[in-house]
Amino acid sequence: MKMVKSTLAILTAATILGASGFAQAGATLDKVKKQGFVQCGVSDGLPGFSVPDAKGNYQGIDVDICRGVAAAVLGDASKVKYSPLTAKERFTAIQSGEVDMLSRNTTWTSSRDAGMGLVFTGVTYYDGIGFLVNKKLGVSSAKELDGATICIQAGTTTELNVSDYFRSNGLKYTPITFDTSDESAKSLEASRCDVLTSDQSQLYAQRIKLAQPNDYVVLPEVISKEPLGPVVRKGDEEWFSIVKWTLFAMLNAEEAGVTSKNVEAEAKGSKNPDVLRLLGADGEYGKDLKLPKDWAVQIIKQVGNYGEVFDRNVGAGSELKIERGLNALWNKGGLQYAPPVR
Amino acid sequence: MQNQIGTSRSFSLSDPRFRAWLFQIITLVAVVSMGWFLFDNTQTNLQHRGITSGFGFLENSAGFGIAQHLISYTESDTYARVFVIGLLNTLLVSAIGIVFATLLGFILGVARLSSNWMVSKLATVYIETFRNIPPLLQILFWYFAVLLPLPGPRNSLNIADSFFLSNRGLYMPEGHTADGFVAFVVAVLLAIVGTVLMVRWANKRFEATGVPFHKFWAGLAIMVLIPAISVLAFGSPFHWVAPALKGFNFVGGWVMIPELLALTIALTAYTAAFIAEIVRSGIKSVSHGQTEAAHSLGLRNGPTLRKVIIPQALRVIIPPLTSQYLNLAKNSSLAAGIGYPDMVSLFAGTVLNQTGQAIEVIAITMSVYLAISISISLLMNWYNKRIALIER
Repeated sequence: MKMVKSTLAILTAATILGASGFAQAGATLDKVKKQGFVQCGVSDGLPGFSVPDAKGNYQGIDVDICRGVAAAVLGDASKVKYSPLTAKERFTAIQSGEVDMLSRNTTWTSSRDAGMGLVFTGVTYYDGIGFLVNKKLGVSSAKELDGATICIQAGTTTELNVSDYFRSNGLKYTPITFDTSDESAKSLEASRCDVLTSDQSQLYAQRIKLAQPNDYVVLPEVISKEPLGPVVRKGDEEWFSIVKWTLFAMLNAEEAGVTSKNVEAEAKGSKNPDVLRLLGADGEYGKDLKLPKDWAVQIIKQVGNYGEVFDRNVGAGSELKIERGLNALWNKGGLQYAPPVR
Repeated sequence: MQNQIGTSRSFSLSDPRFRAWLFQIITLVAVVSMGWFLFDNTQTNLQHRGITSGFGFLENSAGFGIAQHLISYTESDTYARVFVIGLLNTLLVSAIGIVFATLLGFILGVARLSSNWMVSKLATVYIETFRNIPPLLQILFWYFAVLLPLPGPRNSLNIADSFFLSNRGLYMPEGHTADGFVAFVVAVLLAIVGTVLMVRWANKRFEATGVPFHKFWAGLAIMVLIPAISVLAFGSPFHWVAPALKGFNFVGGWVMIPELLALTIALTAYTAAFIAEIVRSGIKSVSHGQTEAAHSLGLRNGPTLRKVIIPQALRVIIPPLTSQYLNLAKNSSLAAGIGYPDMVSLFAGTVLNQTGQAIEVIAITMSVYLAISISISLLMNWYNKRIALIER
């Protein structure tokens, strides 16, 4: 009889677990409010995007998206808990509900958007694959890489795009795939591979982590489109909108000249109706998103507008010194464009 | 009265036989319905979240490169082929590891029992060092600390212009079949048949007359002489192509990539330490009286060990040895740490990530390890039965 009882107990437990497994609209927002923090999946250490500083606080452009969401939902940008994930672990972590959102330099592709139960909310950074080589090899173009051994991070679009590039150019290569970017970098330094390939932003970040950064050079070719953005689970439109509009709020703020320094003054006395709507001084646009009236004010005050976030983490104000390029606003020659708040 | 209760078919709970059956059936129904429930629940949830499921992805083209493949592979091949490549790479490292770990383990186990102080202490130090360091650390050590600091391909260690050791791996000459190849294969087959016949004849004569025959030396002579005659008469079976430096790396020749080298060395060294202890315990389990008895019959040390001690020790050695083989095969999944394209790193890593079908991929991978382990177990159990002491 004891066996029957315990079997019944297991059955009951499984039923409860199974029933709670559905993603429902609003479920993530309620969960985040209840637990009091946003559980955010980030990279396992990529300078400029998500990396812990000397005090253990995470820094980077991907981290700032998580902080923005926390500021909008909970009114406090510091209420984020981070889960460092390797490229291989990331999708399972978001699918299974281990993290509430993924902000981890992840490329937006059709199969990831449609076939994995996930949705991308936007593009935080327009990137493309490049090559990092030792100057000693005397290579000046990716076309000269026939027969090269290439270090790649496992489970990335890079694996596929490098293969496409070499195939279409009739070149041969040997891939060596590692789980973490640190292992790839170590192997490049030991010259196990001739080339390290990854998104260009990552190459600049990994170059400064090498012992002798000046011995290495990033080749001019960019061989693919890699739009990087945050990811949420499919089926929860409310949470999807919140993460999407957090980025849009940052972009709209930059476009309107609202910064973390002037945001409070602007919220009170701006003459620009766009700014008044964005900052909640006019209308009830926060309510539509199930957010407080001052959601955008909190994001911009605590985290900053897109330009500030970019400069601080990867741009002129950082070690990486990456140009805005494609990531400039649409009216300044780039691709970053946000729909209006109205 | 008692007899009646035993034979009658009463459907009452007080009948122990009926009760036993009832509980069996209830448990079976519970287990099956729980399995069905879990399966159905997973399917519903996957569908609800829009996650693709099923095994159709195996037919899609993979689109990424692989560093080491034992069968031909291009990027346009399917995920199913990637699966086979991963499986073969796992089997390759397991097989090499099992062979070398057994050899090294037996040598170390016997060495530890040696009466030579130096030999036995060296074996002790080896065993205590290697079995007390986690295998992943050993793999990382061999890879990052020993093999990667080797010189690059342009400054590689050159052995007779045919073997090149660099941090790109060990390059060896590649054999291409030549004119004498068919004759050579026939000669080797003939030699094997000849050796078997010779052993049979020698055993028969030994049983009948008690006169021993030098089976080993005669067999060696047959195995060397017949193929040698074929080479002299019909020409060499292979012509060897040495690897040559071209562009970034060597071209041509066979290569053992450093990931495979590091993994093999580490797994061999680690498992050999355990096997040595198993061998030692096996030999120790045979009482010293057996040695004395063999000596008093006039057997020397060598035949005593081969004919008396080892056959009895094997009965103790084989069961735990099986566990060590299983451990080695399973530890090979640590390959992911150094980028060796094995089953876990290639299939449960890259393929899982490119397709996002975690449940299917993990289920396949687990079944594969289960199948490998069960095969090793069955083989070793069969061998164990063969050598077990036949008791009346």
